Amino acid sequence: MKILVCVTSVPDTTAKISFTDGDTKFNKAGVQYITGPYDDYALSRAIELKEQSGGTVTVLNVGEADSEPVIRKCLAIGADDAIRVNAEPTDAFFVAEQIAAIAKEETYDLILMGRESIDFNGGQVHGIVGELLGLPSYSPVMKLDVDGKTAKIAREIEGGKETLEASLPLVLGCQEPIAEWKIPNMRGIMSARTKPLKVVEPVGNHTLTRVQKYELPPPKGACKLIPADQAETLIKLLRTEAKVL
Amino acid sequence: MSVLIFTELDNGSLRRSSLEAVFFGAEVAKLLGTTATALAIGPAENSELELAGNYGTAKVLHASDVRLAQANSMAYASTLAAAVEQVGAKVVIIAKSALGDAVAARLAGKLKAGLVSNVVELPDGDASNLRVKRSIYTGKAFAVTEMTSEIKIITIRKNAVAPEASETKAEVEAFSTTPNEQDFAAKVTGVEKADGEVPLTEADIIVSGGRGMKGPENWGILEDFAHALHAATGCSKPVSDLDWRPHHEHIGQTGIKVSPNLYVACGISGAIQHLAGVNGSKVIVVINKDPEAPFFKAADYGIVGDVFEVLPRLTKAVQSAG
Repeated sequence: MKILVCVTSVPDTTAKISFTDGDTKFNKAGVQYITGPYDDYALSRAIELKEQSGGTVTVLNVGEADSEPVIRKCLAIGADDAIRVNAEPTDAFFVAEQIAAIAKEETYDLILMGRESIDFNGGQVHGIVGELLGLPSYSPVMKLDVDGKTAKIAREIEGGKETLEASLPLVLGCQEPIAEWKIPNMRGIMSARTKPLKVVEPVGNHTLTRVQKYELPPPKGACKLIPADQAETLIKLLRTEAKVL
Repeated sequence: MSVLIFTELDNGSLRRSSLEAVFFGAEVAKLLGTTATALAIGPAENSELELAGNYGTAKVLHASDVRLAQANSMAYASTLAAAVEQVGAKVVIIAKSALGDAVAARLAGKLKAGLVSNVVELPDGDASNLRVKRSIYTGKAFAVTEMTSEIKIITIRKNAVAPEASETKAEVEAFSTTPNEQDFAAKVTGVEKADGEVPLTEADIIVSGGRGMKGPENWGILEDFAHALHAATGCSKPVSDLDWRPHHEHIGQTGIKVSPNLYVACGISGAIQHLAGVNGSKVIVVINKDPEAPFFKAADYGIVGDVFEVLPRLTKAVQSAG
């Protein structure tokens, strides 16, 4: 089985978000980058599937050179090789086009990625890739098993879950608890240095959205503390002051 | 040139989030000087679909093909694409949900349309330059974004707009398309759903519990309070990881992101990953016995106290005040 796992390089979940150049650019200074947490779940499941039934796992990232540490980490966890499309991932359609172009060159049984990136939270790329390749796409997938050419999937729906069976190839957006995150071991880290990482230039230039300006939320006012033995006061305040009851 | 709204049905009723989307769509239509039409897919009575008119759309297209009775994001996207063509829509509005997100992405691929997700308020600009504000970095920032494509798709977060209802009823018109066989390739083998519960993403009030609740057997007091407030219940990641509560209740960075009017956190310390899922809430209340819990910094109201004493008191206060 050939699996393509698309990963994002995103600011750590605890990163302080700020902007520069008149609020038109993300401020990368001092920000630690990580593999998208949802992408990490997708990668971990891909490696588990490979360990069970053989095959290869290729990691794909659309990003500039500074995303290579994240790609190397994916190789250290157990991916076999990697492709980086050398472009800034500014728009979901553009990223999806890059993935579709790579996927057309090789036949992958599964194209996995996180349900969304944690920077732009669009949750769009898997659906657009599916559409561009004429393949079914499902998200958010919480469980994935493969039996021959059939995938057994559980995905979250509003207030519950749906189980389904679909024929490969498929495009899936993943989330927990599809797999346990894997931590690279020393052997993995050593071997990742020599695993192939191919850099290719992007195709097309179909960005369909453009950010004009970034904004930070207004600072939160002080928390009004209510003594525990006067808890009833809270209900009164929520009714009369906050007006949310 | 018009605005089309995708509405979602739940057991034949229009979801509340979809009614917000209808209102949002009608406001966008006003801004652009055009009309708004809604599309509903699946079984529903005309008397229900007419209600979309209360929120500002004159017409509802109803696709009731029996094969569309079960939610199917790909088939729904194909149907929506056909409706976009029929009404000549230039802007498509969709409420954020598991289904809405999936439909929006497939539609964007089909139409090569710019899609902006998690929009938090009405757009400004005009037809040639429509600007929307979306939530990014899991609620830590916003991006004012323009769509450069001919057709534009917007998915909205709960509370992006405060709908005002009128008595006007919409005209319901049957809409049929030839289903695309490929869209039905998967076999649905089961659906598990907590019936009768308000989905978290649609709830006005959410009462949520963390490890401070000490165990699943203690959820009764939290649920009593939630019932008194007609609220949905949620939980933190450790709680769902420990299987105290089902995964679909997990709120946070890697769970569901919510933006209710009121979020009450009981025994949740407020890890940054949890805050990321709730910072779109209008009002946040934190109940925790640890005065140093970081959640208090993000809260509007706080009670430093034992949830096992505070929650029953609050429930009683709500009930006695009627």
